[in-house]
Amino acid sequence: MNLPPLHLLRFLARRLLQSVWLILLLIALNFLLIHLAPGDPVHLLAGQSGDEQYFQFIREKFGLDQPLTAQLWNYALNLARGDFGFSLAYQQPVLELVLSRVPATLLLMTAALLISSAGGILLGVEAARRQGSLFDRAVTAFAAISDAIPSFCLGQAALIVFALWLNLFPAQGMVSVGREMSGAELWLDVLKHLALPALTLACVQMALLVRLTRTQMTQVLNEEFVVAARARGVSERHLAYRHALRNAMLPIITIVGNEAGMILSGAVLVETVFAWPGLGRLMIDAIALRDYPVLLGLALLVSIGVVLANLITDLAYSLLDPRINHGARTTGARTTGA
Amino acid sequence: MRKKLSRHIGTITSGLRQNRAGGAALAVILLYLCATIFAEVVAPRDPSKTTLATLQPPSREFPFGTDDLGRDVFSGVVHGARTSLVIGLSVAVISGLIGSGVGLLAGYAGGWAGGWARGWARGWIDDALMRVTELFLTPPRFFLALVVAAIFGSSYTNLILILSLTFWPTTARLIRAETMSLRERDFILAARALGSSHARIMRRHLLPHLTPLIIVSAVVRTGNVILVEAGLEFLGLGDQSRVTWGYLLHNGQHFMRDAWWMVVFPILAISVLLVAINVLGDELNRLLNPKGNHVR
Repeated sequence: MNLPPLHLLRFLARRLLQSVWLILLLIALNFLLIHLAPGDPVHLLAGQSGDEQYFQFIREKFGLDQPLTAQLWNYALNLARGDFGFSLAYQQPVLELVLSRVPATLLLMTAALLISSAGGILLGVEAARRQGSLFDRAVTAFAAISDAIPSFCLGQAALIVFALWLNLFPAQGMVSVGREMSGAELWLDVLKHLALPALTLACVQMALLVRLTRTQMTQVLNEEFVVAARARGVSERHLAYRHALRNAMLPIITIVGNEAGMILSGAVLVETVFAWPGLGRLMIDAIALRDYPVLLGLALLVSIGVVLANLITDLAYSLLDPRINHGARTTGARTTGA
Repeated sequence: MRKKLSRHIGTITSGLRQNRAGGAALAVILLYLCATIFAEVVAPRDPSKTTLATLQPPSREFPFGTDDLGRDVFSGVVHGARTSLVIGLSVAVISGLIGSGVGLLAGYAGGWAGGWARGWARGWIDDALMRVTELFLTPPRFFLALVVAAIFGSSYTNLILILSLTFWPTTARLIRAETMSLRERDFILAARALGSSHARIMRRHLLPHLTPLIIVSAVVRTGNVILVEAGLEFLGLGDQSRVTWGYLLHNGQHFMRDAWWMVVFPILAISVLLVAINVLGDELNRLLNPKGNHVR
């Protein structure tokens, strides 16, 4: 077996080290928030609803009478053991609680990403093929509008029109309540509930994908190899989808991967609108109950997830693209939304 | 500096006059600003005053209907615009100032043989500033703002501070990248050779070239801030003493079946404003920042 070249290994090592460092900093940031917060830090570590006896237990567990550096070490050690705190409201460890909500959110995000990738890339390529046409302008206008409208506004509007007025879809939840279902029937029911939130989320993501695909494709379509292929008599459709899109895909994948945090934020808000039982719902309840361990643990886990997603994206990119220069630090202006 | 600024404004006005979408977007934004400034005249009813006329559909008296406590939705929408715009603009200015300062400093001082920092200190400033920026950019902005707001409370001033905290790194990174490409240009070298101080180069030579980018990013930023702010309030994290768009949507979600007007009008208000800001941002990008990275 051939070993990957040395510069690639060095790049992997540096990128890995950078991620570990970032995660440690994020933990420190969380710790800082707990201690900067007004009032006794024990309320943030235990949650608002505990009694004095429980507070005392938490004080001892986190060594709140010790110097701050010892406390930070203690805090990090607990996290390293997978102990992200305990939710009194749910009577469950935070990690367990968060992980139990991940599948629902993941289902929603995957469905939305599939719809938006298919739709966004198709619209983007077709718009780039006929630049300046009515179709192109319509697609650009659609992207500008769906990029600007907040996901929860779009969700509420969709809910009112399609669920309440037209009665096409169930309004809220993940399954119908009060009916015993199994197998195909259950899946169909979930699918029906999934349709509106997934389409809403897809619509918001599609803005990013259409813009990206259109820009990338307009660049690639002007490159010499495309002109050469056209001169050889390759059909326009084949040219766009087989030759140009392949080259345009790499930056698209990278930017979408780097936007994982934004996509998740959108999902959380859409979940709230449709009472989808995922991470978003958990967060709302945590805010309402002032269940700080859940809130802090969730935020930290999400941040770590984003670090890992960015790492995987970068590694995939460097493995897929032979042209990338591993010596250069990646600095390009990343697109960022809310 | 002043001459430079008036030239930018000239570019903007002549450019927008030729472009219908950009001009329309600017008109819409000005309309919102007017409604914000003269909110008491446009909607004289107190938006938080409860009446006995609950859940009234839109009528001549209540153009956008009333909510579950008999409050006038039209007043809520108009006064909500004030909260959103004040927060959006303040955060855009504060985070723009911090971000531009950090970006300029990091980009000019960092790892450049011509910079003032020598030896080990070269690049150190850039590295330190960029690590901090990276740290703030890693957690999804929405989650960061949400956790901080939940812990420190989400009063009006708190929201402005929290959102400034989460928004400056984007500007910093943008300005840094631009500064790094500018500092290699000949006119900077010439200014150095003529004995200009570093402070003078940053103020008189770099800053004027960065102004268009700073303006564009402030406009785009305002829209993003309003989006995040409304999202926080929609989740129930807002200043309870004020009526805001996010609060109207938060409150309205329980009455969507019976009182669509409680959410549809706030949705329209926020969407139209954000689309207008987006279109204006794109237009300004095209006019002021034709070659550079597209600011999003």
